Amino acid sequence: MPLLQIDQMTHYFGGLRAVHDYNLEIEPGQIRGLIGPNGAGKTTIFNLITGIYSPTEGDIRLEGKDIFGLQPYQIASLGLGRTFQNLRLWRHMTVLEHVMQARYSKLTYGLLGAFFGTPKRQREEAESRKMSNELLELIGVRHLADQIVVNLPYGAQRRVEMARALATEPKILFLDEPTAGMNTEELAQMMATIRQVHKELGLAIFLIEHRMKFVMELCDIIQTLVFGEVIAEGTPAEIQNNPAVIEAYLGKEIET
Amino acid sequence: MTSFLQNIVNALQWGSFYALIALGYSMVYGVLMLFNFAHGDIFMVGAYIGFFVSTGLVALSALGALTLPSWLILTLTIIVAMFLTSFVGMLVERIGYRPLRGAPRASAAITGLMIGIILETGNLALLGAQRVSFPALIESVTYNIGGVFVTNKKVLIVVVSLLLMFALHQFVQRTKWGMAMRAMAVDFVVVPLMGVPLNTIAALTFALGSGLAAAAGILFGVAYPVLDPYMGILFGWKAFVAAILGGRGSILGAALAGFLLGFIEIFVAAIFPSTLRDLIAYSIILLILTFRPHGFFGEAYSAKLRL
Repeated sequence: MPLLQIDQMTHYFGGLRAVHDYNLEIEPGQIRGLIGPNGAGKTTIFNLITGIYSPTEGDIRLEGKDIFGLQPYQIASLGLGRTFQNLRLWRHMTVLEHVMQARYSKLTYGLLGAFFGTPKRQREEAESRKMSNELLELIGVRHLADQIVVNLPYGAQRRVEMARALATEPKILFLDEPTAGMNTEELAQMMATIRQVHKELGLAIFLIEHRMKFVMELCDIIQTLVFGEVIAEGTPAEIQNNPAVIEAYLGKEIET
Repeated sequence: MTSFLQNIVNALQWGSFYALIALGYSMVYGVLMLFNFAHGDIFMVGAYIGFFVSTGLVALSALGALTLPSWLILTLTIIVAMFLTSFVGMLVERIGYRPLRGAPRASAAITGLMIGIILETGNLALLGAQRVSFPALIESVTYNIGGVFVTNKKVLIVVVSLLLMFALHQFVQRTKWGMAMRAMAVDFVVVPLMGVPLNTIAALTFALGSGLAAAAGILFGVAYPVLDPYMGILFGWKAFVAAILGGRGSILGAALAGFLLGFIEIFVAAIFPSTLRDLIAYSIILLILTFRPHGFFGEAYSAKLRL
C-alpha cells in the first residue's frame, strides 16, 4: 500500500482551474520531486494535501486512510509535516521552542499539569526536550538552540523550519523549495542534510525545487507540473530527456 | 511626600483592575487578531458570578450548614468564579466569534459590542435594575505606615493580581498551550500544520482572559462593593486602551500599561479637579500612542496574520 495516494485531485479558485486531475503515489522511504515553471500550481498542491485548501474534488489517502476534508492539524498529526517556500518562523521564539511547539500533539498532559506541573508533565517535557535536542543535532543547529530565530542567518532559519517539521514526527516530509535563496555551498550542505535525515529517520520526502541539479541528484521519481497538469513523470534521466519537459522549460523549437 | 506615597498605593490598586482586564484583551488581540469588545462585560459577569458564589457561601455559613472562615470564602469565590466565567468566555468565542473567522474584522468587532449589550441587558432582565452589594468578606483593617494609609484590602488586591499575572506568564512561557498562543500571535497559518488545533487554542485564550476578568471583578467588589450591569463598559474601554498601549499580545506590556493607566489617573486626579481626570489622563495616553503607535512592546505586523 502506498504511503500517500492521491487520485484525480482537481481544484478551482473561483473559475480558475489551478490543479487538474492530479495523481500521486508515494511509497514509504521514497524521495519524490515536483518541478515546474512558476505559477504551475506546485505550492497549491502542497496546500491541498496538507489541508490548507480543500480540493474541489479528488481522493487523498495517507496509509490507506482517507484524509480528504480533514482539518490541517489532524492531517499534520497523522504524519504529514511540511516547510514553507517563504520562511514562516515564529520570530520571537527560540529554536528549541519552535521544535518543542511542533511536538504539541505528542504531549498528552492536561490543563492540571499546565497549572500545577504534575509529574506527568515534567516527564513528558523532559523527554520532549531530549528528542528536540537530538533533532536539532541531526539538522545541525543544536548549538543555536537558545537563539531567537529572527537573529539567525537565512540558511540556519531554513534548517529550523525543517527541524520544526520533523518534530511532528512525520511519515512523509513536504519540503517547499528547501534551497531557495541559498548559495552553492549552502545548497550542497542542505542536500547532505536531507540525505542524512532520509537515512536516519527513514521517512518519505516530497519536495518542490527549482534547482535542477538538486532535484536530479536527490529524487527517485520526478513529476513535472505545467498549468496545474502533470505533463511528465519518471526517473531523473527520463525527465531530463522528455521533449514535453524541455519544451515547458525552454520553449518550443521553431520549425523552419 | 506622604500624599505622594499615598497616591502610589492607590494607583497600584487601581492599576491592578486595569491590568487584569487588559490582559484578556491583549491575549485575544494577540492570538486571534480580534478585539473582544465584550470583555468589559465579561468583567461585569465575573463580578456578578462572584457575588452569587460568595453570597451563597455566606448564607450557608450563616445557616450553620458550613463553617468557613471568611478568607476561605473569598478564596473559594475567586477560584469558582474564575472557573465559571472562563466558560462564559468560551461560550462567547464559540457562538460569537468562531462563526465569523473568515468575516471582515469589522463584523467581529461589532459582534463584540452586541454581545456586550446582550450581557448587560440580559443581566438587567434577570436581576432587575437595582444594584447589588458584594458581601463584605474581609473586615477592613487600616495600617498607618509613616502617615501613609494602607488597607489590608489594597494589599490583597495588589498581591492577588500580581500572583495571577505571574501564573499567566508562566503558563504562556512554559506550557505547550502557551507556546501555541505565542506562535499564533506571530504566524497562525503555520500553527495547525504543526498539529495544533486552532479552535482549542482560541477557546483557551478566551477562557484565560475571562478568568482574569472575573478575578478583577471580585477584587473590585471587595474594594467597591456596589455592582451594576453597566459597570464593565468604562472599565472595558480603559482596559482596552491599556492593552493597545502595552503592545499587541504582550502580557508584560498589558500589565505595565494597566498599572501606568492607574498611576496616570490617580495622579492627574491628585493635581487637577477630579472632573477633569479622564480628559487629561487620556490626552496624555493619546500623546504616548502618537509617538509609539504599536505600544510599548508591540511591533509592526503584516496583514497576512489575519485569521
